Amino acid sequence: MSAPVQTLDAPLGADRTAAAVAPFAASRGFWGNVGRKLLRDPVAMAAAAVILAIIVVAIASPWIAPMDPYRGSMLRRLRPIGTPGYPLGSDELGRDMLSRLMMAGRLSLFMGVTPVIVAFVIGSGVGILAGFVGGWLNTILMRTIDVFFAFPSVLLAIALSGALGAGILNSIVSLTCVFVPQIARVAESVTTQIRSRDYVDAARLSGASALTIVRVQVLGNVLGPIFVYATSLISVSMILASGLSFLGLGVKPPEPEWGLMLNTLRTAIYVQPLVAALPGAAIFIVSISFNLFSDGLRSAMEVKE
Amino acid sequence: MSARLHPRDRGGPAQPLLSVDGLVKHFPVKKGLGGKASLVRAVDGVDFTLMKGETLGIVGESGCGKSTTARLIMGLIERDRGELVFDGEPIGGRALPLRAFRRQAQMVFQDSYSSLNPRITVEGSIAFGPRVHGTPKRRAIEEARALLARVGLEPSRFAPRYPHELSGGQRQRVNIARALALNPRLVVLDEAVSALDKSVEAQVLNLLLDLKDEFDLTYLFISHDLNVVRFICDRVMVMYLGRVVEIGPADTVLGAPAHPYTEALLSSMPSLDPDARTETPPLAGDPPNPIDPPSGCRFHPRCRLVEPVCSVADPPLDPIANLHRVACLARQPDSGHSLAPAAVRTAA
Repeated sequence: MSAPVQTLDAPLGADRTAAAVAPFAASRGFWGNVGRKLLRDPVAMAAAAVILAIIVVAIASPWIAPMDPYRGSMLRRLRPIGTPGYPLGSDELGRDMLSRLMMAGRLSLFMGVTPVIVAFVIGSGVGILAGFVGGWLNTILMRTIDVFFAFPSVLLAIALSGALGAGILNSIVSLTCVFVPQIARVAESVTTQIRSRDYVDAARLSGASALTIVRVQVLGNVLGPIFVYATSLISVSMILASGLSFLGLGVKPPEPEWGLMLNTLRTAIYVQPLVAALPGAAIFIVSISFNLFSDGLRSAMEVKE
Repeated sequence: MSARLHPRDRGGPAQPLLSVDGLVKHFPVKKGLGGKASLVRAVDGVDFTLMKGETLGIVGESGCGKSTTARLIMGLIERDRGELVFDGEPIGGRALPLRAFRRQAQMVFQDSYSSLNPRITVEGSIAFGPRVHGTPKRRAIEEARALLARVGLEPSRFAPRYPHELSGGQRQRVNIARALALNPRLVVLDEAVSALDKSVEAQVLNLLLDLKDEFDLTYLFISHDLNVVRFICDRVMVMYLGRVVEIGPADTVLGAPAHPYTEALLSSMPSLDPDARTETPPLAGDPPNPIDPPSGCRFHPRCRLVEPVCSVADPPLDPIANLHRVACLARQPDSGHSLAPAAVRTAA
C-alpha cells in the first residue's frame, strides 16, 4: 500500500521552500512580538510615556513639590493660574494647586489601579473556572454575577461604599466588587471560546489533567484579552474613585486627591473656573492615557491564527 | 496490510482493535423558553468493528454523524449508550480506563488552524502529550524534533516556529506528529486532509500511508471525499442520518454499491469523462432533520427505489456478501420490497 509514496516528493520539497522564503529569521516569543508592535505604535507609546511621567511625579512629589501641599494661606486664596509662586494658582484655602495636584496623583492612582488589579485576579479566576468547567457551575457563577449587572456601576460603588463606611480601604473594596463581575464576564466568554478549540480537545486526548490544560493551553490565550480589558477599566476606576471621594466616601480632607479637590473647588467654579477644572483635567489625562494604551495593547496582541 | 503484530497487541490479529456496539448520542435542543426539549439524533445506533492494521473509511454527507462518532470513540463527548471495546477490553472499564485508552488512540482534527495552540511553538505542542505522561522536557523535545523530521518538516527550521508561521499542509503534518508523539495504535483522522489543497493533500495521504506501515497503525479515516477514501481505505462505512447504511471492502462498496444512497453519493462525484457526466443531481435537497428523522428507512424520502414498505420497516444492517453489509429493504430477502428477491440473487 505504500507504493505511490515517493511519486509526489518533488512538490513536497516545494512546500518546504515556500516556508523557507517566509520572512521569519527567528521566532520571537509571543510577548516579544507584542512588545515590538507596541514600540511601533506612537499613540500607545505616548500614552505610556504620559502614564509613566505622572506616576514618577506622583511618587516623587514629597521631594519635588514646590510648596507644602497642606499649608494654606487665607490671604492668597483662589489665585489664578500663573500667579508668581503659584504656577497653577491656589485653591479655596490658599494651598498651592501644583503641589496638591502632584501629591494627589499618589492616592488617585493608587485608588484607581488597586481595585482593578485585585478584581483582575479574582475575576479571571472566577471567569476561567466558569468558562472551563461549564455546565451547572457556569450557570451558578454567571447568573450570580449577572445580579451585579442589574445596578449601574456608579450606583453599586456608592451603595457598597456607603454601606461599608467612608475610607480609602472601603472604597477600594467597593470598587473591586464593582469590577469583579465585569472582568469575570469577559474571562468567561474568552475561556468558553478557547475551550471549544481543537487544541484543547487534543490536550484532553493526550491525557492531561484539567489543571494542566488550563495552565498550559488556556491561560496564555485568555489572560491577554482579560488584561487588555482590565487596563481599560483603570480609567473607569479612577473616575469612580474620584467620584467616591467627591461624595465624601473615599479620601477625607485635607488629604489631596483629584476627586476630592474637584469637590471642594466646585464652589469656586465662577470665581476661578480654570483652577477649579484642573483636578478634572488630571483625571481626564490619566484615564484617556490608560484607554489609549489599552487600545494599543489590544491591537498589538491580536494573534494571527 | 501489516502482518506484524504491535508490541502492545493483546488478542492477536483476529481480534478487532476496536469494536463499536450500539453507539448512541442524542443532543438535547431546547426550543425557546419553556419549549419542549427535542433530541438531535446525531448518532443513532452505530455498530462496526475495526480490524488491526486496517484503514476504515467513514463517509457520508455533512451532519450524518461521522465526526460525532469519532468524538464519541475518543471520549471527547460522552456517549448515551453503546459499548466500545478496544482490543478485548471495554473502554472506560476497570482494565482500560479512558486515560489508558487515550495513550493508545489519538486523533487528527480537520481544522489545522484551531487544532494548534497559537501561543505554543510547534515542538512544544508535539512534546505536550509525552510531558504530561512524565517524559522529561529535554527528551520530549528531542522526540518531538525527530517526529517533525519524520513527517517531513526540517526540525531546525520548524521546531521553534509558531503555528501562524506555517502553511495549512505544514500545520497538518505537525498535527500528525503530535498524534504520533504518544505512540498510539489507533489514529482517528477526522477530515484530516479535507481542508488541504489537492497537491498537499496527496503528500499528506502518502505520508499517512508511510507512517501506518512504520508505526503499525490502524486508521479510522473520516472523509467526505470518496476519491481520497478509495485511495487510502481498505474498508468503507457509509453513514446516513446517524446510522450505518452500508459497510464493506472499499472496492466493493465504491465499485458496486448495494445501497441506493451509496450509489447516489458515487454518482454525485463529477466524472472525468465528459460523456459520462450527469445533468440531473443524483440526490435532491438536504438530508432530513435529524431531530425528527423519517419513519422506517431514513433514506426513503430521497431514495429512487422507494416503495410503501420503506416508510414502515426499518432495515437492519444485514450481510449480503462476505464482509459486505447493507441496510436496505430492496436488498433484503422477504422484506416486502418488490426488488428484494431479485436483488438478493444478483448480490449472491
